[in-house]
Amino acid sequence: MTIPVLSAKPAPAPARHLDNLESEAIYILRETAAEFSNPALLFSGGKDSTVLLRLAEKAFRPSKFPFPLLHVDTGENFPEVIAFRDRIAKQLGERLIVRTVQDSIDRGRVKLKTPNQSRNALQSVTLLDAIAEFEFDACIGGARRDEEKARAKERIFSYRNSFGQWDPRHQRPELWSLYNGRLDKGEHMRIFPLSNWTEIDIWRYIEREEMELPSLYYAHERPLAVRGKNLVPFSDLFPAREDDVIETRVVRFRTVGDITCTLPVESNAATVEQVIAETMVASLSERGATRLDDQTSDASMEERKRAGYF
Amino acid sequence: MAPLDQKMDTADDIGLLRFSTAGSVDDGKSSLIGRLLYDSKAVSTDRIAALERIARRKGEDVIDLSLLMDGLTVEREQGITIDVAYSYFATAQRKFIIADTPGHEQYTRNMVTGASTADAAVILVDAARGLSLQTRRHLYLSHLLGVPHLVVAVNKMDLVGFDKGAYDIVVASIEAFADAIGAKRTYIVPISAKHGDNVVNASTNMPWYEGQPLLALLEALPPAIVMHQAPFRFPVQLVRRVPVHGGEQIRQYLGRVESGHIKAGDEIAVMPAGRVTRVRAVSDFHGPLERGESGRSIAIEVQDELDIARGDVLTPPLLPPRVDDEFTATICWFSDDGFNGQGRYLVKCGTRTVAGRVAEIIYRLDVATLATEPNPETLRCNDIARVRIALAESLAFDAYDANRATGAFILIDADTNATVAAGMIALRDGEATAAGGSGFDVGL
Ligand SMILES: Nc1nc2c(ncn2[C@@H]2O[C@H](COP(=O)(O)OP(=O)(O)OP(=O)(O)O)[C@@H](O)[C@H]2O)c(=O)[nH]1
Ligand SMILES: [Mg+2]
Repeated sequence: MTIPVLSAKPAPAPARHLDNLESEAIYILRETAAEFSNPALLFSGGKDSTVLLRLAEKAFRPSKFPFPLLHVDTGENFPEVIAFRDRIAKQLGERLIVRTVQDSIDRGRVKLKTPNQSRNALQSVTLLDAIAEFEFDACIGGARRDEEKARAKERIFSYRNSFGQWDPRHQRPELWSLYNGRLDKGEHMRIFPLSNWTEIDIWRYIEREEMELPSLYYAHERPLAVRGKNLVPFSDLFPAREDDVIETRVVRFRTVGDITCTLPVESNAATVEQVIAETMVASLSERGATRLDDQTSDASMEERKRAGYF
Repeated sequence: MAPLDQKMDTADDIGLLRFSTAGSVDDGKSSLIGRLLYDSKAVSTDRIAALERIARRKGEDVIDLSLLMDGLTVEREQGITIDVAYSYFATAQRKFIIADTPGHEQYTRNMVTGASTADAAVILVDAARGLSLQTRRHLYLSHLLGVPHLVVAVNKMDLVGFDKGAYDIVVASIEAFADAIGAKRTYIVPISAKHGDNVVNASTNMPWYEGQPLLALLEALPPAIVMHQAPFRFPVQLVRRVPVHGGEQIRQYLGRVESGHIKAGDEIAVMPAGRVTRVRAVSDFHGPLERGESGRSIAIEVQDELDIARGDVLTPPLLPPRVDDEFTATICWFSDDGFNGQGRYLVKCGTRTVAGRVAEIIYRLDVATLATEPNPETLRCNDIARVRIALAESLAFDAYDANRATGAFILIDADTNATVAAGMIALRDGEATAAGGSGFDVGL
């Protein structure tokens, strides 16, 4: 037994951190291609799924991706993100499948309690419908374990039963990098190649790979409804309320989801370097700062995940 | 917040340390990690605010730091950890990936999940209660998994009045057990996760302790052993056909270099078949590579038209893996149903999955006494046993202590698809270990 008095000398530089994360993600993507007959990659136009696409290029080019891209559109997304999504899919020459929550509403699969209810949580139904429609057996997503405490618990190959549910009490053990992709018909796997990436890793990678992102990730002027300490965005489709106080602020978005539940942060970071500098000193977590859907209750993410949400 | 930018910048260039926690239920693992993050100022203000809300609701005046890890509703209700929580943080010295694992016996499989990829295990012992059976099991499993560094944290020192005598008694029992299983490179630190003694900050309550606090120790642990020196191993994940000019196609083998390295011109053998060819090119997305280093996901082209498929392993002809349709291994059984001597299983080793069966249980290990019970008929959940696995076809593999990537396997139940056991292929008599292995075979 040793009395621990070691000196912390910077170790001889091993292979670089981003290279290791990249290599692990490529490995996971290739295992997915090998172990499943019909996977899909969930692409929303957000920064994490855009990084996933770059990793898929690294894993599979010059061949085509062994999966289509799938987006579940709530119909409440920022228009510039949708435009970015379509342009990137086209640039890559990969097939993009879009399924909308409105379809699910029209077909009576989900009901809105009130006409103005956020459709964000309803997208699980649309996603599961799309999985059934195309018989996808694996869905690759850009979720990271550092985002949220329920996500911190998730496996890299995360099993879903035939109802699309996650059962956090009975996850398959996952040892080394021996991922078990075996399924019965009707079940599927959610696959998270970015599990071990943090928000700062994502930004460093975007910088290194000189990747383009939707413009709202960088500082811009935007009129916002000021509600308490929240700065709430609005659009033509989702206008501000009559009694809202509207102010123009310089902001950027740290996450990009639904316009009804994604808040910007005040920021002057207009370049990727500036965003990295700001992220490193941020005192609020990524979702804590920007997601209304996670603020409703302590376990909101877990509840949504159990029901099939990403 | 602390000047994190400076922290992260230096941390990017030095070794990442992945560590997992271990120990009995309620020994304070989640509290320790919560404390580590909290005292390092690595917890965002909104998460602290959420913990303060919970404390207020319960009428408590201090926040419960274990809730930073125990994120599931059931975990919070029961006050225990059920599955691994991963967290990510960096100091001026180092980046860390932490796997906080459950102590409850029922969830041992989740502890093993966290420990399987760890460079260090932080094993907690309750100073007041001493070394429990479950702590022994975790120490043993960490050692068996070849986790390079074992750090024992004797927690709840506040409950024994920070007394050196009480600490020495616990230390003696840990040392005796570590010696008995042959665990080397073991460190030991007296702490109080609840009050923060010797976690990030040195304790003023234990002036008799001459070592450093836990965090300083973790920052200083030698970096993970990169599998550079071990012989080249490349389990093929996928084969792709790439069109070249003249309408021809070349084949590229995609995978990750698990150990060693490879360059154009090197001779390689395709295992288990054993055919030999030469590497024509090594590349990644960006183009040709001078050398494919261990840990990198790459593409390899070879000179001859050989039948190479997913699951094959490319290796140097002079330093080949073993090839056999059976091997002996140490396994840890995970499924609640146990093993009844029957059952159809699949063995996944590297990128190959083959049908296999447990042909013989050579013995079961009693973790409390380290005694072995020869030839039991069945295995229960959490049993550790030496077994002989018979395979439907030949497999290329190494001993786990020689090469983790080609020596580890999982058993999958062919009927339920569940992962029912983790296995480590045993060394044969006289076989050399790699620097990364536990280097010890416990007479198993
Ligand atoms: N007095 C004292 N209590 C502690 C200390 N560390 C943890 N505890 C308490 O021990 C209890 C269990 O703590 P946890 O951190 O949940 O234990 P754990 O090891 O993570 O438990 P499992 O994950 O379920 O195995 C809690 O009530 C803690 O407040 C300590 O240093 N001193
Ligand atoms: Mg715990």
